[in-house]
Parts: sequence; structure tokens; C-alpha cells
Amino acid sequence: MNWLDICALDEINVLGARIVAGPRGDIAIFRTARDEVFALDDRCPHKGGPLSQGLIYGKRVACPLHNWQIDLESGEALEPDVGCSHKYPVKIEGGRVLLALKSLKDCA
Amino acid sequence: MEKLKLVMIGNGMAGVRTLEELLKLAPDLYEIAVFGAEPHPNYNRILLSPVLAGEQTFEEIVLNDLDWYRDNGIDLRLGCKVVDIDRENRRVTASDGSQAEYDRLLVATGSSPFILPIPGKDLQGVIGYRDIADTRAMMETARSHRHALVIGGGLLGLEAANGLRLRGMEVTVVHLGDWLLDRQLDRTAGKLLQNALEARGIKFRLNTNTAALLDDGQGRVASAHFSDGEECPADLVVMAAGIRPNVELAERAGLACDRGIRVDDYLRTADPAIYAVGECANHRGIAYGLVAPLFEQARVCADHLARLGNARYEGSVTSTKLKVTGIDLFSAGDFMGGEGTETITFSDPIGGVYKKLVVKDDVLVGACLYGDTADGGWYFRQIREQHNVAEIRDLLMFGENAIGDAGHQGQDKAMAMSDEMEVCGCNGVCKGTIVKAIRENGLLSVDEVKKHTKAASSCGSCARLVEQILINTVGGAADVKPKSEKPVCGCTDLNHGQVRQAIREQRLTGMGEAMKAMEWRSPDGCATCRPALNYYLISTWPGEAKDDPQSRLINERAHANIQKDGTYSVVPRMWGGVTSPAELRRIADVAEKYKVPMVKVTGGQRIDLLGVKKEDLPNVWRELGMPSGHAYGKSIRTVKTCVGSEFCRFGTQNSTQMGIDLEHALFGMWSPHKVKLAVSGCPRNCAESGIKDVGVIGVDSGWEIYIGGNGGIKTEAGEFFVKVGSAGEVMEYSLAFLQLYREEAFYLERTVHYLHRVGLEHIRQAVLEDGERRKALHQRLLFALSFEQDPWQQQIGNPALKKEFERIPVRETETA
Repeated sequence: MNWLDICALDEINVLGARIVAGPRGDIAIFRTARDEVFALDDRCPHKGGPLSQGLIYGKRVACPLHNWQIDLESGEALEPDVGCSHKYPVKIEGGRVLLALKSLKDCA
Repeated sequence: MEKLKLVMIGNGMAGVRTLEELLKLAPDLYEIAVFGAEPHPNYNRILLSPVLAGEQTFEEIVLNDLDWYRDNGIDLRLGCKVVDIDRENRRVTASDGSQAEYDRLLVATGSSPFILPIPGKDLQGVIGYRDIADTRAMMETARSHRHALVIGGGLLGLEAANGLRLRGMEVTVVHLGDWLLDRQLDRTAGKLLQNALEARGIKFRLNTNTAALLDDGQGRVASAHFSDGEECPADLVVMAAGIRPNVELAERAGLACDRGIRVDDYLRTADPAIYAVGECANHRGIAYGLVAPLFEQARVCADHLARLGNARYEGSVTSTKLKVTGIDLFSAGDFMGGEGTETITFSDPIGGVYKKLVVKDDVLVGACLYGDTADGGWYFRQIREQHNVAEIRDLLMFGENAIGDAGHQGQDKAMAMSDEMEVCGCNGVCKGTIVKAIRENGLLSVDEVKKHTKAASSCGSCARLVEQILINTVGGAADVKPKSEKPVCGCTDLNHGQVRQAIREQRLTGMGEAMKAMEWRSPDGCATCRPALNYYLISTWPGEAKDDPQSRLINERAHANIQKDGTYSVVPRMWGGVTSPAELRRIADVAEKYKVPMVKVTGGQRIDLLGVKKEDLPNVWRELGMPSGHAYGKSIRTVKTCVGSEFCRFGTQNSTQMGIDLEHALFGMWSPHKVKLAVSGCPRNCAESGIKDVGVIGVDSGWEIYIGGNGGIKTEAGEFFVKVGSAGEVMEYSLAFLQLYREEAFYLERTVHYLHRVGLEHIRQAVLEDGERRKALHQRLLFALSFEQDPWQQQIGNPALKKEFERIPVRETETA
């Protein structure tokens, strides 16, 4: 794994998200109420809406364009919608948010 | 934790629906066992008539197949009738000797056909009409025998008669009453129905008792004798003279029964460990036999079994549909009328159309339709929601269409639409797609249809049409509760009114605190409830409740409107639509500097810069040097004006200044939905005051104020509210009304819908007739607004807030 140091956890609002420029477009990093972090392509599988701008609750985000509900852990849309946003490994170490970009090759 | 044991006696629609609701709420709370006397899984009993008529098959009417029971871990015991309930040891025993223990017992034993106590009732060929076995018996007899007699001219009897006639039998219906369906129709409609059925070859004997059934010498029924001395041949006799709740088991167990097992508003019997739902239950003296009330009971019962304890069943208004293809009739509520009621009727005996509406105290309380039932669903909603119909009374008879509903080319009648016709213009969904989704997925509410088909999920203007389609497809089982009774979302059972009340009465000021106090099911709610809660908190406790930006949708969080490509639009405020060369120059400079792809004049008399990148927003705002136009908020948007008496040769009042003053006064006002105002300087009304939330029209002697207008999804003309003499009064009355709306409307309810819900009279009393209250409302709004600042200036000035707009500058990310 190639872990990249992104930012301090505190730089992401609770129930908020930040955007990182990835090699294949923007990546959204989400922070839940329980201080878990998740990373997905910042594109809704529906019409490409920026998920980072959505409302976050539990481990889900509601897309700001048409309110699709996306599971943050898997990137999958909730039923009855079907679709998936690519997910990236992300973790917190010593208060820093680390993002792994290695898996990118496998998902092309 | 060990699971509790739930045993259900009976495997019919009400009981299984309760289990479905329970599994949604608390999937792991119980270990469930179900005893069913019939050898079938749960099927749709109300569709037995289409099966008898040859329009559907048994397979098609199964609701829960055996896989469903298995997938949900339910121990299903078919063909296994419970014969004893041992309440002391909480144990039930079945006919085959098997037993099951329970912590909670659900009795859903349904009902049985009432078999008349007449000689010959036990002969072969005499049956009730209740289940698959009865239906099969009728279908087989029709093959080999000729004469059928149906006792009872109610819904079930007529459906049986129609099915048997279609299968080639000579059918006679005997009925005790003066006309058919005397519990669902009035005399006129009953006679029309009789004519239609006679034309299909069914014979009727009204006001007649069946005295005895005679046999053919071999134990089979051969003929019937009537009270008037006449007789007729009968190889098959179907008793459809009513149903009796199955209470023997419960009675033997010592539970209080009285034409049904007595239950309270929580569907609990006299024994708190035992619940009863469906046709076997007697709630406030009524044992319901239609499916919609049973489903309502199921929801409440499941809520209590899941130990949530919020819901309450308070009885149902029922509606009726006869499932005989080609005959349309509909009735609901008190359709007979009586003392204190007024009746509106429409009768076309040649065309076979009859409609009767019963009105009491300006509220529609009953409807009986024959021949044209397209508006049945709409009338049913009027009855349930108890709308005041005084103003639309002269149009009421002509249905929803006559009340006016733009936007769907007049195709409001779901029945008249073909499958290929488009219902939802936003998402391109046809009627056929919706009907298919409803049938295949067993959908019962508009919300479920929205989720599965996307119809009505965007602008919502076709929601009523979707609701009509739903009602036409599933009949009375459709869940068409008004918003005032529905829970806010799946996170709670409380409705908008109850949430508001709790926030006020318990002095809740924080999001987390509020969710905790109201026992929210999910720790941080969802995208539906959080924006609503945030609004209720800050509008109830201005200055005390802290706004939670993360509970606002993106437009209100970014103070700009998100566009389809993820860029934003920026609309600076132009007070009353008035601008200056300096402002226009700055707008032009900003548009060029930030390469804004489109600069557009809006309908609200200002300028929209479309296609701004999010990270540019703070700089764009700073360089514009103008306040936020709040074009993105559930808030005050604009005050549109005409030039008025300052320039216009017709102007009677200075409408421009009035508009500017109103817009300044209301700056920063959050509201349940967007709020738009307009001020015109004369009755020519160039600012379109008639279609605004608050519209003001200057006349020579003062100002007229209109409220509840809307130029959007459905054009609604505002209601005349009051005429006042001075600009100061315009301010006080308008602000008082808007504060009342802020305090009483549900989140996402426009003024027009709020006005329809509470009635103009309510608003008049609060704002016009009670001067003290008007002043207090006005003051409360001024107090709330005293905390508001320009959000653009706030964002620019506070570096901590800026991170919302900045991308994290990641160093060269390797593509490893």
C-alpha cells in the first residue's frame, strides 16, 4: 500500500467531507459522527453528482443532485437504486488521515 | 441476548402484514412461529373474486411464498389449527398435538362466513365464500351443475354471483334488503347496479328470506324455498350473508370478546401479552372487514410489538370498491347522509352515472359514486383530511379536474390514461411502469412508488396522479395519509406537528439533544429529517438554538445553488430589483475574471452568474461586494416590484420603495420553504402579486395584501387577505403572517399548502382579528431576524469556514 498523508482529521468537519485531487479525478473523504473516515470517487453512480457535497448520516451520504443514498463503506447505492462509486482504503493514524492509492490500478 | 418468542395464530393478510412491519422495525427481537389452518402460505384474499371470474390464477395471488417465511427465519406450521391457548403457562396447542410457547401472542384468526341457521344448511353443495377451498368448490361445481343461488347481495355475494355467471351458471341472488349493497350504496346507486347485473343475466329476489334448502334425495342441495312461498332450483348455494369474527379460541381462553376480540388503541387484548389484529378484532365496537383498516392496525400493532410504543390506532374511514370488471362503483364515509348533512347529487340514468356527495359543516363526509369513479380517490382524501370545501363547493361534483391543476395537459384522470402515457415528466416514467412496480413489489404508498420508479421524486407535481394510480391499482389498501399524520421519516414515528411540539415544550435547542429526547432510531438521522429538525430548532429558539450547517443541504451550506455539473450559481441581492451602474460594472468584471459561462436575468428581477467553481465562491462574493440573494435557501428569496408612482403614469403607490423596505426587513429569514413577495403599484399588477407567497397591490386608497399564491409547479392565485391604509401596516401584517407560517407550517410546506391545511379563517383570526397577537407575531419575527447576518460576508470573514470551499492541496499524488 502506498499511504499518502492527506490532512489532520480536524480539518474535516464532523459529518462533513473534503475533496482531494486524485489521478483519476476528485476523491471525496468523508468523516462520520463516530470519527470514521471513508473515501470514494467524488462522483455519484447516477449522474456524476459530487458526493462530497451531500448530507452525511450514519455511514451513508445522500447525493446533492438527486438524493441517491450511497453506502460509504462499500460505495454501493442503496436499494432500489443500483450503482457503485469506487472506494479507496483510508485510515486514521495519530490524528492524520491517510489515503491509499495503490488499488487504483486494479479497478480500471 | 436471547430472543423473545412471538407466536401468531392465523396466517392471513392482517397477521402477516403485522410481521412484515415488525421485521422492518425490529428484525432480531423475536423468534417467530406461525400457525395456519389453511395449507397455503399467505395469499391475497381480496383477489379471490378475480380468480373465480377467471381473471387471475391462484399462483398470482400469493403474497408471501414459502421462501419468504424461510428467509425471515419464521417457523411456519401449515394445516395446523390452534385449539388451545394456555395463558398461565403462555403456551398454545394445535390440533396435531404440537405446542409452542410465547412471550407475545398475536391472534389473527380472521372471520368465517355466517351460515344461516335454516333447514338444509349442512347439505352437500352449500358453502360459504371465504378461502381458496371455497373458490375451488365453486369453480368445480360450475363445471358440472347448472343452478346457483347466492344468499346475500353484499360485496362478496355479488362478486361470487358475477364469477359463477361468467363460468356459465344460472345465478339467482336473494337479498334481505331493499336494494343491493345496502351498506355501501344508497338506493339509487343500488338500483343502477342491479340493472347492470341483470343485463349480465343475473336474477335478483330482493326483500326475500331463504326459508329452507331441500335435498335431491342423495344428500345434495337441489332447491330453495323462500319466505314468500316461492321456490327455485339450486345445485350450489353460496352463503354470503355476512361474516362472523373467529373468537371461539380467544373466548375459551377467557379473553373479553363481543363480536370480536376486544382490543384497545394499541391492538392489545385484555391480556397484555396477547394482541389481536384483523377481522377477528373488535376496536371501539367495530370489527373491520376491509383490508385498509387491517393494514393500519398491522402498523400500530407492529410498533408496539417492536417495543416502540408510539403509534395509536384510532379507527378508520373506509372506502369500498366492487371487484366486478366493467362495473365502477365507489363509496366512502357517511354516504347516506342524515340530520345536519346536505347532499349534492348528479344523476344521469341513461348514461348510467350517479354521484352523491354528503357535506356536513362545510366538510365532505361521504361519497357514493356509480358509473364514473375516477374521482373516488380524490373524494376519499377530502373526507379523510377533512378539508373545508365551502369555497369549491360549486365545483366539487365535477372532481379534481374542475378545481384546476396545470402541468399535465389535463390528464389528471389516472383511469383514462393508457400505459404508455407519461406520468412523471421529470424522470420520464410512464403509467405502465408505475402499475407494474406497484403490482410486482406490493407497493402501498406514494413514497414506495417514488423509491422504486422515481416517479414524483423530483418536482413532485405528479404526486397526486401517482396517488390516483396507486388507489386504482390497490384500492383501499393504499396508504394515502396526509403529511400531517405521517412520520417525518423512517427515523421516527413522530409527525411534523409532534416534533415541533416536543421542541417547543421540552425546550430542545440542539440537534443531538432533540434526537435523543424524541428517541430517534438512528444516531444522526437522515437527509430527510435533519434539515427539518434544524429548521424547527432555529425557528423555535432563535438566538438559542445553534444552526447546524452539516444538517443543511448543500445549497444552504455553500450559500449558492449547485448545478448539474457540480458548479454553482451566484445570485447577488438587488433590493426590490433595483440596481446601479456601479453594481452592474462589478458584476461584469467578476463574470469576466472568473470566466462565468452564463450571465442570466432571473424571474426575481436580479442577475444570476451560472457555472462558478466552488473554490471561487468566496472570492466572487468579495469582489461583487453585494449581499447574498438567498436564491438557494428555504428562506426569503426576492421581493419583485414594478416602478410604481415614482415613474409610472398609472402608479398609485410607491411600490418600488415598499418592496425595497420589505426585502430589507425580511433579509435573512429562514422559512419552511422558499418565500417570494411582490409589490405592484396599481391593479394592473405588473409585479405579478397574485402568485406570490405574499403579494401586495397598491390602490388609490391604500394597499391590498394577498397570501398563499404560487407560480410554480401548480399555479395558485393568492387569497385576498386584507386591505390596509399605510406602508407601516403592510409591513406589520405581512411580517405577522410570515411569522405565523414560520411557526406553524411543516418543513417543505409552501404557504399555499399551509393555507389549505389550516384554512384562511385560522390565519385571519390570528393576524387580523387579534391585534395583540399580530403585534406579538411581528415582534417575534423581528427578534429572530436580529440574529441574522449576510452569510457571504460571514464566510469571507471567517477563515475557519473557508475550508468548506477549499480542495485539500495534495502534493503530486503518485499513480503508484
